[in-house]
Amino acid sequence: MATQASPLDTPRAASPGTAGMPVLHMVIFAGLLVLGLIAPYVLYPVFVMKVLCFALFACAFNLLLGFGGLLSFGHAAYFGGASYVSAHAAKIWGLSPELAILAGTGAAAVLGLAIGSLAIRRQGIYFAMVTLAFAQMVFFFSVQAPFTGGEDGIQSVPRGHLFGLISMAPDRNLYFFVLAVVSIGLLVIYRIIHSPFGQVLKGIRDNEPRMISLGYRTRRYKLAVFVLSAALAGTAGATKAIVFQLASLTDVYWTMSGEVVLMTLLGGMGTVFGPILGAAVIVTMQNYLATFGDWVTIGQGIIFVVAVMLFREGIVGVLARIIKRPL
Amino acid sequence: MKKTGFIVASLAGLLMAGTAYAQTTIKIGVMNDRSGIYADITGEGSAVAAQMAAEDFGTDKGITVEVVSADHQNKPDVGSNIARQWYDTENVDVIADVPTSSVALAVNDITREKNKIFLNSGAATSDLTGSKCSPNTVHWTYDTWALANGTGGAMVAAGGKTWFFVTADYAFGHALERDTSAVVTANGGEVLGAVRTPFPGTDFSSFLLQAQSSGAQVIGLANAGGDTINSIKQASEFGITQGGQALAGLLMFVNDVHALGLDVAQGLVLTESFYWDLNDQTREWSARFEEKTGKKPSMIQAGVYGAVTHYLKAVEAAGSKDPEAVMAKMKEMPTDDPLFGQGVVRADGRKVHDMYLFRVKKPEDSQGPWDLYETVATIPAENAFRPLADGGCPLVQ
Amino acid sequence: MFELLGIPPQALFGQLLLGLINGSFYALLSLGLAIIFGLLNIINFTHGAQYMMGAFVAWMLLNYAGVPYWGALFLVPVIVGATGVVLERVFISRLYHLDHLYGLLLTFGLALIITGIFRNQYGISGLPYAMPKQLTGGQNLGFMFLPNYRGWVVVVSVVVCLATWFVIEKTRLGAYLRAATENPTMVGAFGINVPRLITLTYGFGVGLAAFAGVLAAPIYSVNPNMGADVIIVVFAVVVIGGMGSILGSILTGFGLGLVEGLTRVFYPEGSAVVIFVIMAIVLLVKPAGLFGREV
Repeated sequence: MATQASPLDTPRAASPGTAGMPVLHMVIFAGLLVLGLIAPYVLYPVFVMKVLCFALFACAFNLLLGFGGLLSFGHAAYFGGASYVSAHAAKIWGLSPELAILAGTGAAAVLGLAIGSLAIRRQGIYFAMVTLAFAQMVFFFSVQAPFTGGEDGIQSVPRGHLFGLISMAPDRNLYFFVLAVVSIGLLVIYRIIHSPFGQVLKGIRDNEPRMISLGYRTRRYKLAVFVLSAALAGTAGATKAIVFQLASLTDVYWTMSGEVVLMTLLGGMGTVFGPILGAAVIVTMQNYLATFGDWVTIGQGIIFVVAVMLFREGIVGVLARIIKRPL
Repeated sequence: MKKTGFIVASLAGLLMAGTAYAQTTIKIGVMNDRSGIYADITGEGSAVAAQMAAEDFGTDKGITVEVVSADHQNKPDVGSNIARQWYDTENVDVIADVPTSSVALAVNDITREKNKIFLNSGAATSDLTGSKCSPNTVHWTYDTWALANGTGGAMVAAGGKTWFFVTADYAFGHALERDTSAVVTANGGEVLGAVRTPFPGTDFSSFLLQAQSSGAQVIGLANAGGDTINSIKQASEFGITQGGQALAGLLMFVNDVHALGLDVAQGLVLTESFYWDLNDQTREWSARFEEKTGKKPSMIQAGVYGAVTHYLKAVEAAGSKDPEAVMAKMKEMPTDDPLFGQGVVRADGRKVHDMYLFRVKKPEDSQGPWDLYETVATIPAENAFRPLADGGCPLVQ
Repeated sequence: MFELLGIPPQALFGQLLLGLINGSFYALLSLGLAIIFGLLNIINFTHGAQYMMGAFVAWMLLNYAGVPYWGALFLVPVIVGATGVVLERVFISRLYHLDHLYGLLLTFGLALIITGIFRNQYGISGLPYAMPKQLTGGQNLGFMFLPNYRGWVVVVSVVVCLATWFVIEKTRLGAYLRAATENPTMVGAFGINVPRLITLTYGFGVGLAAFAGVLAAPIYSVNPNMGADVIIVVFAVVVIGGMGSILGSILTGFGLGLVEGLTRVFYPEGSAVVIFVIMAIVLLVKPAGLFGREV
């Protein structure tokens, strides 16, 4: 897919050596961090935490789609699967939030390894279909397994004490913890993209046969990025479970996989910052249009259509083209 | 959030009424399904019912009521999000309705954590007043225990000794099956088997044939919404009811029967706590309700009216909206409203009133589009709900 | 719970027949999808919504215009097919030069819009559609009671599927179609209007979905979500059969209906997921699907 439409056909500006971050990116990251620090005093902290979790989810997904060129239609499995594990860890095992999130991330990585090693044997739509099929199985498992609580989900998950010390019950305490988790996640993704590994990935995305003939074992790279993407999606899901004190079927259902595609597409696949913006827009829309019921669905559909028809590079992709710098 | 309040009118009333009380402003959040399978039995109708309760309560008592509403889409995550936001940022005092057990349990927890009040009418799970009971929750209209008891007990008494369940394969379906099985066996009946159907499903014919070949006298439908409607339609299509087996809808509402039509639904037995055509008072209220919404009320919408009415009376009696004081009054004062008559709110939060066993009329006996039920039996309040001691509610011990 | 040995053979036969009935819907829907994919290279995510539209348009014709079931059976595929033609012209045709993942995303968006509109307009609790008088009642087959309507569904879908297969594989028109799939430029050079051929093919595939919708209306309630529930399963059917394989999708549709029917007896909880398990296995063993060609 990336051959025709990747907005970043010239992203090599970020030097392959990758020691440093371009100044522009540093400025944007700093700006985002400042926004993140002010936000809880202006907006409802729980809402901002939701945006943060989905931003990380979308960026993790984008790592796979935008940089690996692999469209997964089953990312809900890792997001939701991890949220179950972290909710279970916090509630039943009594783990502190940071450990619960780690547990969720680990579980998502394992799940990603299992599914990914099978799925990467296929390409294009077949790949999308296999990931969808496996995600449906994870969903089925979540409905059936006793520990997930069926459609009730795992409720009243304790927010606990960070490192066993700081109470996470007040929204703002939790907020800064979540901000830290998401920031670390985003920086990890940024680092991956701009590492030599990331350069190889882009090479595979743009022309796999060429990379094979250059001697790269492309499957290994694809599996690695799949697992990384699944794990980071898991971090997002695990964090969300702690924030909302709930893990539910919504997070493993296939519509969640569709939503993350939408966020990424809208913001700009293959861009660093696009998915963050996409997630913010979609979550805000869901939040404020919630009372209008089906108009949310219709609105999402319209965004999909408009994005595919008119700006396949996404909002940030278009901006990047205008300023002629990768974003 | 849509504001359907009528502050202006209330303020005008207040000015005329003088100053007997300090002004109390109450914000009621009606949260339910406004677009999904329960939109007809809850939805906007419940918001209308809450508003009617406020209007009927009157504006002369120094209490100003504002009603807001939201759609939880039957998802616990959406519901808990709305509840949090309402309590944290929009000064909502009371959340009312909340169908769908999983969402209700989530709102139950949050309400307790934030120390507000939760008037549940729409949800079925008996856990709300059992193991998960909360000092901040009143469960008004019905629950799985009452439905199982009404339908299960009555069917066995009427000779339906052997049962087979078609159960939606999720926690709520299992609970409904479990509760009903217990009633059936306690009354001397026998459960021959059950089949778990994927949720949500569209084709139930295979499961219905399994039920048919079990030879059970009664097929218990332990499912809800679209699943129930499809099972009933298909049971009629495959001649199962004509073959002499009876269907028992364990969670059915008047709107479902209306949507199915009498041709298909006739003979079905079900339990409800309210029907518009019970007596003059219910008919009068339901006519007013129909004027506003174009439909007859479901028991859930009636329950929202009853619960809000009782809550407002309790606020008046307590002289404040402090949740603890109001809950104490709600449990202390007997309830009395035109729809459910007299009753009480028990220590575990369970509202207790009569339940009714209805049979769906034959098409030829029906006088109009909403003339759907005949009353088979009235289950008196003292037998209609799970005994206080059996629920395992920590508040009771 | 049902035991394996507790099932008498007649009951099993009844269950297989039911599986076949569900299989007819899978076959009709996956046939449409396969045709569209074969020629347009588009994964038509809107297919489920178009199936739902078929049922709704039948309901509207009956309630607003008094057109009975038999009329609807012919009119609805034409009407819904026409809306498909419009969608193809306005949106889909602009994406042919792109990777087909974009087609998937576009049609996914269109499906959301259509479903949302119908939900807004008609709610979600479902509308009743009466069975045509001629097909009420049923036959006692000894091992089961077969409603006439269900028998009709099987017969008519087999006929429609075979007719479609015949047209595509055995007629001149079908030959043009298949040729255009292989090499549109070449076919165009022979003086055939390829874009129009493609548009009409899309309309035809959509019409098949709508036809299935009309067939479904009297059995299931006419519900805005009926398409969303079934589309993912039908995707799996098409993938198992082999993307773009006409006969493959028909056979797989009926076959998976049978498999699902058996699962409903032996492991009812798993009947919603069995198709996905099969799909994953098939893709790993035979990546192009049971009837597809290796690319």
